Amino acid sequence: MSVRRFFRRAHWDEERARELAAHLAMETDDNLARGMSPAAARDAAYRKLGNTTLIREEIYRMNTIGVLDTLCQDLRYGARLLRVNPGFAAVAILSLALGVGANTAIFQLLDAVRIRTLPVSHPEELVEIRIAGEDDGRSGGFTGRRPMLTNPLWERIRDRQQAFSNVFVWGSPQFDLSAGGESRPAEGLWVSGDFFTTLGINAALGRVLMADDDRRACGAPPAVIGYGFWQREYGAAPSALGRTLTLDGHPYEIVGVTPPGVFGVEVGHAYDVAVPLCAEPFTRGVRTGLDRRDMWFLAAIGRLKPGWSVARATAHLNALSAQIFKDTLPNYGPEDEKAYLGFKLAAYPAGTGVSSLRETYESPLWLLLATTALVLLIACANLANLMLARATAREREIAVRMALGASRRRIARQLLAESVMIAAAGAAAGAILAQSLSGTLVAFLTTEHERVFIDLAQDWRVFSFVALLGMAACVLFGLMPAMRATATNPGVAMRAGGRGATDTRDRFGVRRALVVAQVALSVVLVVAALLFVRSLRNLVTLDAGFRQENLLIATLDFHRTGIPEARFESEYGRLLDRLRGEPDVEDAARARNVPVSGSFSNRKLVIDGTTRKENVNFNWISDRYFRTMGSALIAGRDVDKRDTPAAERTAIVTTSFSRVFLSGQNPVGRTFQIDEAPGKPRPVYTIVGFAQDSKYADLRDPFEPLVYLPAAQDDQLSATLRLVVRSKLPLASVTSAITALARDVHPAIVVSFRTMQSQVKDSLQRERLMATLSGFFGGLAALIAMIGLYGVMSYFVARRRNEIGIRMALGADRPEVVGMVMREAGTLIAAGLGIGVVSALVAARSARALLFGLQPHDPATLIGAAVSLSAFAAIASYIPAVRASRLEPTEALREE
Amino acid sequence: MPRRGNTPIQGELLQGTLDLLILRTLALGPAHGHTIAHAIEHRSEDVLQVEHGSLYPALHRLEDRRWISSFWGTSENNRRARYYRLTPAGRRQLTEQTNRWDQIVRAVNSILRPA
Repeated sequence: MSVRRFFRRAHWDEERARELAAHLAMETDDNLARGMSPAAARDAAYRKLGNTTLIREEIYRMNTIGVLDTLCQDLRYGARLLRVNPGFAAVAILSLALGVGANTAIFQLLDAVRIRTLPVSHPEELVEIRIAGEDDGRSGGFTGRRPMLTNPLWERIRDRQQAFSNVFVWGSPQFDLSAGGESRPAEGLWVSGDFFTTLGINAALGRVLMADDDRRACGAPPAVIGYGFWQREYGAAPSALGRTLTLDGHPYEIVGVTPPGVFGVEVGHAYDVAVPLCAEPFTRGVRTGLDRRDMWFLAAIGRLKPGWSVARATAHLNALSAQIFKDTLPNYGPEDEKAYLGFKLAAYPAGTGVSSLRETYESPLWLLLATTALVLLIACANLANLMLARATAREREIAVRMALGASRRRIARQLLAESVMIAAAGAAAGAILAQSLSGTLVAFLTTEHERVFIDLAQDWRVFSFVALLGMAACVLFGLMPAMRATATNPGVAMRAGGRGATDTRDRFGVRRALVVAQVALSVVLVVAALLFVRSLRNLVTLDAGFRQENLLIATLDFHRTGIPEARFESEYGRLLDRLRGEPDVEDAARARNVPVSGSFSNRKLVIDGTTRKENVNFNWISDRYFRTMGSALIAGRDVDKRDTPAAERTAIVTTSFSRVFLSGQNPVGRTFQIDEAPGKPRPVYTIVGFAQDSKYADLRDPFEPLVYLPAAQDDQLSATLRLVVRSKLPLASVTSAITALARDVHPAIVVSFRTMQSQVKDSLQRERLMATLSGFFGGLAALIAMIGLYGVMSYFVARRRNEIGIRMALGADRPEVVGMVMREAGTLIAAGLGIGVVSALVAARSARALLFGLQPHDPATLIGAAVSLSAFAAIASYIPAVRASRLEPTEALREE
Repeated sequence: MPRRGNTPIQGELLQGTLDLLILRTLALGPAHGHTIAHAIEHRSEDVLQVEHGSLYPALHRLEDRRWISSFWGTSENNRRARYYRLTPAGRRQLTEQTNRWDQIVRAVNSILRPA
């Protein structure tokens, strides 16, 4: 049967009708010729030919693809039903769209962050080269987002490896575009010569960087800019090529623009500017890491030679490791040295790129995907309930059709067609909704300080995900009601009066089970929401050991000033004094590291002659640091003028220090040493002050021992001055005062600002995301479940109108009727809560790592979820109960 | 009118036999449905009575398989009629099916009348 005929079957039918008419005419002619009367002649012809309608139907059927034909019919019928009932259609499609949209948005993000391979040629051949397993023994300086290797290590790997056809390293500096004054940051990339050629990235304009561009001591290095940067900064003008770009005060010539969608190898970050690694000293000056064996700031990626597997490459790197680490041994203490010499290099698949964003957000995203899947499940259960109710309403119609000979499958298919329409519309609307949702999610991940770049391209994975969701939803909410609706005996349905006699305990049982499932699932989601919301609240309200409000962090970069290092200290001191003199600055102080910024320094201590195994955090501060931060000094004195570089070394320690090392005694007057490498002096530090505990690297860490040393006694000269400033003035006026002050000292000082509150807020981004989204989904789930409960209870009341009428006629009063309905509802709610709490206990364990300050089985949370859901459920079932109690018994009875 | 002694067979033609008869009839030249029906009756000496109605689905099926093709023409007594003609594929099919028929007849005969 040709499909062409299928679509022209009406035409063919007409053709046959003409042909049959011709046949009849000819036969009649023959009969006339044989001498019959005209009437007899025609009758005989008709008799001879048979039933022409049957013949035409037979031929029409031959032209029909049965399934296709009835499918079109069914879909038309389904669409008509939805049009007739727009309220139902809207609720159904909207709830599905929300479910599908949320799932798809989360999946899109997961796809972009975790699943999709890099947009480069043959990403599956790429591997990352780094130290295998735990690399705790590494110490020194760590900068950039992926500090895996030092430059001396990289140079040896590059020269000795045989496993890769090409290999490169990259570092991720933040460049400053300004000429002094307030900084204008740009996402940078230091790349070794083969970066672009290894990845197979060509320039959209000009050229990319080549091996020749990256030679040590390069004087005038070229720069390649990213597409987005080219559009933002140069308005996509081709004349950008050849222009000079100033990064950290050093000129670079722009030689090329890379195509859109190219972001490097780090998912979540797109570079603005890529320059050769040999340009690193222009940014770091004398602190260049190119020859430092303890400056970790690079990450390496190689392309496997044909035929090489990751395992073989790892074995090869393993074999090289001993010599490479021996050749690059930094000046470490004995512990670190032992660890360093034991390191082994290994290869790890990097086809999907590397990403710190991925490490932070992968498990939250999977968890959110599970959450949204549950929301969709609840929505489907709700729809299934609605479909069942509609099938019940139509059961007489269905019975009549079955009695007239329609097959069960045919009717089930027709009922399903309606579900298919809803599912398709819901999935399509969901896919559209997902676009704005995923965009919002990305915006959520982006903080003031960290620009997140995620390519939310629609790929086949996202598309099949949506299709799969639509189909799964359709099966979930459409199939079961369709099967059940057609499982009735037509005779029984016909015999019953207006009410469904077939609506036995069994059928209603399914609807009750669906509501119980909805309540149970929403318990799980509400518990999850409460856990995350309370975690966030715990973090926001915890006492970090300092006051966040009205605290500004200012970073002043002296690198480009040309001021000799020896004069830094006195310049810093003078600047600080002048800042304190500003009328509206309450207080200001210096600190090498500001709490919750993520940066920290730690060392090991020697106390009473023994080296302690604990890592102890260090910070270098000026006087009045504690007053500025709003921290308490419990005993002893603050850092002051006595703590000069030449003076005896002093320290201030915290409560935790005293608890861990001095069994809680007052530490003032005690001494310690820092565990330095052999050959380095080990001065004795005398503890002169005792301060309250403070959070340091991360708000989520517990209070740990912390040692404050006077900034003036810091051996490590820094060209960066970091200040904490407390002022009640609006932010803008403080920052402009500081900028003016800095310009006054030297015009080339680069200043950047951040408030402590925004820093703390940004550090809690993940918790905020989880709390917001799980809270939203939990609320949505509860709402849908309550609608389901309300529907079923209304149905319960409608079904038992007669019974209620009789009871009331026999003297039952309103409270008794309400009680009867509420008892029924109570059973459902209790069953749902029971199952839900048990499931929540199991499910919550997977969220343990994301919780703060409470356990997954937190009783208060479980009780809170159960109580609040019960309250809403009670309201949802109270309305039908009251309606039942207002029944007029005579009316209800007359209906029978 | 059936001749005496020859009881007409109606409505129980072997499956596929009608197809073969149509093809055979058309082998003589193009014809319309009415002619085909009467030709089969005459040539079988009225033993095979074709129910005219069943002829048309069969014609449709054969055309569908591209063994015959059709066109509108004018009949001998000036009426518009749909004519059918054998296609080359239909001609091959006729030879094949005739051979097959002979085989079956021989086989059945050898059982009914053993030598």
